[in-house]
Amino acid sequence: MPHAFDEMTGADGAVRPAYETLQQWLSSVPRDVLDHRRKEAEYIFRRIGITFAVYGEQNSQERLIPFDIVPRIITQPEWTRLAKGLEQRVKALNMYIRDIYSTREILRAGKLPEEMVFQNPAFRPEMNGRRVPHDIHVHIAGIDIVRTDPDTFYVLEDNARTPSGVSYMLENREIMLRLFPELFSIHKVAPVENYADNLLATLRSLSPHGGHEPNVVILTPGIYNSAYYEHSFLADKLGVELVEGRDLFVKDETVFMRTTEGPKRVDVIYRRLDDDFLDPLVFRPDSVLGVPGLMSAYHAGNVTLTNAVGTGVADDKAVYSYMPEIIRFYLHEEPLLPNVPTWRCREADHLKYVLEHLPDLVVKEVHGSGGYGMLVGPSADRAQIEKFREKLIADPNNFIAQPTLALSTCPTLVEQGIAPRHVDLRPFILSGSDKVRIVPGGLTRVAMKEGSLVVNSSQGGGTKDTWVLDA
Amino acid sequence: MRVRIRHEITQSFEPDTRNAAVTLHLSPRSHEGQFIQRWVLDVDCDSRLYGHEDAFGNLCHTFSVDGPADTLTVIAQGEVETRDTTGVVRGTVERLPPEVYLRQTELTHPGEAIHAFVEELDLKARPDPLSRLHALMVAIHEAVREGEGPAVAEPLTAEAALEAKLACAAGISPLFTSAARLAGLPARHVSGYFALDEVGTTRHWAEAYAPEFGWIAFDSGKNLCATENHVRLSVGLDAVSVAPPRAMGLRQQEVVSALEPRRQAQNQAQS
Repeated sequence: MPHAFDEMTGADGAVRPAYETLQQWLSSVPRDVLDHRRKEAEYIFRRIGITFAVYGEQNSQERLIPFDIVPRIITQPEWTRLAKGLEQRVKALNMYIRDIYSTREILRAGKLPEEMVFQNPAFRPEMNGRRVPHDIHVHIAGIDIVRTDPDTFYVLEDNARTPSGVSYMLENREIMLRLFPELFSIHKVAPVENYADNLLATLRSLSPHGGHEPNVVILTPGIYNSAYYEHSFLADKLGVELVEGRDLFVKDETVFMRTTEGPKRVDVIYRRLDDDFLDPLVFRPDSVLGVPGLMSAYHAGNVTLTNAVGTGVADDKAVYSYMPEIIRFYLHEEPLLPNVPTWRCREADHLKYVLEHLPDLVVKEVHGSGGYGMLVGPSADRAQIEKFREKLIADPNNFIAQPTLALSTCPTLVEQGIAPRHVDLRPFILSGSDKVRIVPGGLTRVAMKEGSLVVNSSQGGGTKDTWVLDA
Repeated sequence: MRVRIRHEITQSFEPDTRNAAVTLHLSPRSHEGQFIQRWVLDVDCDSRLYGHEDAFGNLCHTFSVDGPADTLTVIAQGEVETRDTTGVVRGTVERLPPEVYLRQTELTHPGEAIHAFVEELDLKARPDPLSRLHALMVAIHEAVREGEGPAVAEPLTAEAALEAKLACAAGISPLFTSAARLAGLPARHVSGYFALDEVGTTRHWAEAYAPEFGWIAFDSGKNLCATENHVRLSVGLDAVSVAPPRAMGLRQQEVVSALEPRRQAQNQAQS
């Protein structure tokens, strides 16, 4: 695998200007002070109860995501570029989803295969021909970004359903401010604390019928959901009600919330519940998490659901590979943030290339997730590669392939001291009826194990505070 | 044939139900094989019915009941003029391209048994989609016997129906749609009524798409393409999406009657 770019020391080993002050500080602070602060951070996380559960683990207890106290730094010019690219990407995602559920111009133009839309489990026929309030489908997007050198940021994944992680972004900053106030006095760090205000302003702007004080609620599947902490955290920060399905009901195609003072009309629902469970009268009939009749109120235009129903049609691996074409088609612009180069095995010349370069590539199932059913060429042995080759030839439509990327690294406090670890970044993009809002930074995830590229929290990944430095 | 239909559904709710929301798929639409002369819906509560068209072109109505709700009765009745079109269904409202009906659902998801069944049929050897569909209908009719039983009860999955070799019409139809989709032929579930000799029942069958004809209705349980005895109510990806009433209730009872208006005798069938 190629050598990874380190965001602090750069390619030539010299400390990059944005990290100079931090590096000096790091080398001046004794190790035991750092360790002490790390323990303190862990103590605070535990006390406020920011934990997550890993599904499918036996005896799974709520776990703490490791927090690394060394911040990641992004410069203002880098961020400005990123933000522009993110805004462009989300704009195209929204136009694509609107098109898919209306006239399907992109299919008529032959830009992507029909079955990728119609056979996609996330395509919701129920949304066909339906307009959503303000014509915006993805109001809250999380776009995963990786970096490979000083100038190259790739989009690794689009999350257009219910992206999570923003509570970590906010908590990380709060803890850093508490533990290292001195660092903030020597760096001009762009704030992220206004995310809650931005989110509330975005949600209010999406009310289907305007008005000054639309009633916004957050709909959670309940305390057993792995992201429940985040749901309650956001409700608290936004000052809105956190509700479960049974707290809401539909009457005359209007959604109401049960309160001690009687029913109260609901205008905007920030739902953290999958499409399948939203309304047992339309989707899964066995869902007890949703609200019977919700879709009728939604279709009547009396309530806004964020994100809209059916946005998943835009964020799977197969559609991802078409994003550059999607951006060009709707915006007539070149993508500002490139995709990781992707070979679609459904196409004969791509398949030929992939078969010839299997040892160097990562091959993934189109609908797979969580790292199952995939081949990591560089770390696979000959037998595994040959076995995978057969699978690939038998059903090429089901696979895509990508090069093995050398994700950038950031200094991280580990057992042995400060050492480079691989990172990614998930910024959150809010699209309201008035404007697009992005707080500078996002959630940086870090693979705590040496050499590991897996940043997922369920696989031992941690998080870092992300600093965008004002010039 | 002119058929008069009366369909009465009583839904019981949990004792402490405070509000209930209901969606009805109980309004047939006209097409070349059937003309709706008159059709009314009635509910025994003080609710306003909101009519709309769903994603599949069906007419539905939604309404809500203020609690405490105990039972709720819905009556759909009207007169329909039907004619035999040898199963070809034309003049329907289509909002989605046929390719959408290649999607499998939880009910139609093909397992090993259906894969083997379709493979054994070797449908590709048949010259055209129409003959493939006919072969499929015959094969399913032979493989799965239509049994007694409530057509609107919890439908079997397609795989379970094939393994049990016995299913009600609402269980046979998913098997047909599942197998047809697996063979690359768009197919969908149909709910409706079957009226014969003064006896009316709710009925489930399937429609499949053959490019040269359009949609064709196959009733595998009876081993025939839909006739003038079939009254088509609504279509969807599976039996769940076309369940006549959808509500979060306890249980429901249905009574369907059908008769030819000029004869006065009225037989009733419970389903």
